[in-house]
Amino acid sequence: MPLAPPAATGLAEVVRRRYLLRMLVRNTIQSRYQGTVLGWTWSYLQPAIRFCLFYFLFQVMVGRGGNMENFAVHLFAGMVIVHFFTETFNGGTQSLIQSRGLITKLPVPREMFPVSRMLVAAWHTVPMLVILVFVCLLLGWLPDPVGMAAALLGFTLTALLGLALGLVFSVANVFMRDFGKVAQTLTQFVTFSVPMMYPYTLVQERFGEPIASYYLYNPMAEAVLLIQRGFWTGTTSDPTYTEALHLPDALFTRGVVMTLIALVLVVLAQRLFSRLESRVPERL
Amino acid sequence: MTTMIKTENATKSFTMSYHRSLKQIALAKARGRKTHETFNAVDDVSFTVQEGESVGLMGLNGSGKSTLLKLVSGVMRPDSGSVLTRGRIAGLIATGAGFDPQLTGRDNLYLNAAILGMSRAETDRKFDEIVDFADLGKFLETEVAYYSSGMKARLGFAVAINVDADIFIADEALAVGDRPFKRKCKKRMDEIVKSGVTMFYVSHAPGSVRNLCNRVLVLDHGKLAFDGDVDEGIAFLHYDDDEDEKGRRSDDGLGADI
Repeated sequence: MPLAPPAATGLAEVVRRRYLLRMLVRNTIQSRYQGTVLGWTWSYLQPAIRFCLFYFLFQVMVGRGGNMENFAVHLFAGMVIVHFFTETFNGGTQSLIQSRGLITKLPVPREMFPVSRMLVAAWHTVPMLVILVFVCLLLGWLPDPVGMAAALLGFTLTALLGLALGLVFSVANVFMRDFGKVAQTLTQFVTFSVPMMYPYTLVQERFGEPIASYYLYNPMAEAVLLIQRGFWTGTTSDPTYTEALHLPDALFTRGVVMTLIALVLVVLAQRLFSRLESRVPERL
Repeated sequence: MTTMIKTENATKSFTMSYHRSLKQIALAKARGRKTHETFNAVDDVSFTVQEGESVGLMGLNGSGKSTLLKLVSGVMRPDSGSVLTRGRIAGLIATGAGFDPQLTGRDNLYLNAAILGMSRAETDRKFDEIVDFADLGKFLETEVAYYSSGMKARLGFAVAINVDADIFIADEALAVGDRPFKRKCKKRMDEIVKSGVTMFYVSHAPGSVRNLCNRVLVLDHGKLAFDGDVDEGIAFLHYDDDEDEKGRRSDDGLGADI
């Protein structure tokens, strides 16, 4: 064994100590439904009830489905991925501060905490996804390879982006708690800046070019559109027509480019993180 | 001899933030007061520890012992200079840090062991030994939230003391637990020292330092003021005076740690 700095850090170290990572993730998940009789059933009940509400409100009461088929699915599909993103981002931002007791006392690779928050968020997304698929199947949707690729790309993009932001904001939040508030504000903004409560076509109709193009620079808008391609368009009576009408051109090209950029962002975020984290324990 | 810890000109400075909000900073600036001040908690400290040495780290409160220990354990990194170590570091540092009160004693045992760098297989292998040491009986399956403070401390100690380490660090008072448990801890620490593990021990109790260590470092305002023989080190700190009054009962030495 060589002489080395006492504690190894970095994302590679997080992968090496995946046993601890798995345990942190499992414990966080377990403690969410601690003391409830229904236990994990809640993670299905809550999104299921939410979907039923949407369905009743938009499809039955408001009748929004007039010019848009299955608007409840459109809304819920968007929510699944936005929820994944906000939980990764906000959870990641708070992760270092909430693990203060551990970080200030024992040497653990600090990247572990934002990463575990992303995995917890992913885990909580699974029940929502199951309900989405169930509803889609009821509406006659069948998975197609292109659509699945779109959904997968959308989730990858969201995961990488959320992780990059989580890393940067978690460490920034230690130095200035204002960043936690900034993260909250940004996530509110995300909910309204993606084609979830309204179709993308609405942006084009109301604002036209070049605003509609700028709108598409938002990676979360892109991720939501990819999810719509994966689930919502397939539930409509004429998927090809719906795609042509409600989805922008070059959906995949933009998605791949953005995912690659997000990957670069993760690398840069990790660099910034490791530069700042050496002063984290004393600032917590 | 193999060098286990090598510290070269290690310095760690802390900032005292007086005024953190924009308004407070503006007010401080307007009144010509300083907005922040830095000080070196560990100041240009150099030493090496060889394999099998047992080093006692002493000093008054605020002399930088805990910070130096955090540099050695890897919780903090020096601002300048370097701290290098060899092999796995474990020991009685912040035992029980990272306990999740909502989990059972058993789950916390595994979690704590993982935090300290043990694998699943290693924990399985040592499980009986740890449980035996903690002596929790049927409370092992109870949530830690319902533990008495002594039980919590025993579980933390039992895990930490059973991690195989190349460098064993002890920062905590052995003052937790009742007398039988304290004895058990002391016995285990003696065994660790005898087995040739490098020991780095922080204490205010001359009795236990004399017992466990064969070298003493004394810190004073972050600087290394003394490095050498145990009794000379204790005399350097004038810690030997009051000990005569008390007598040299070893348990007192352990108990007076905080």
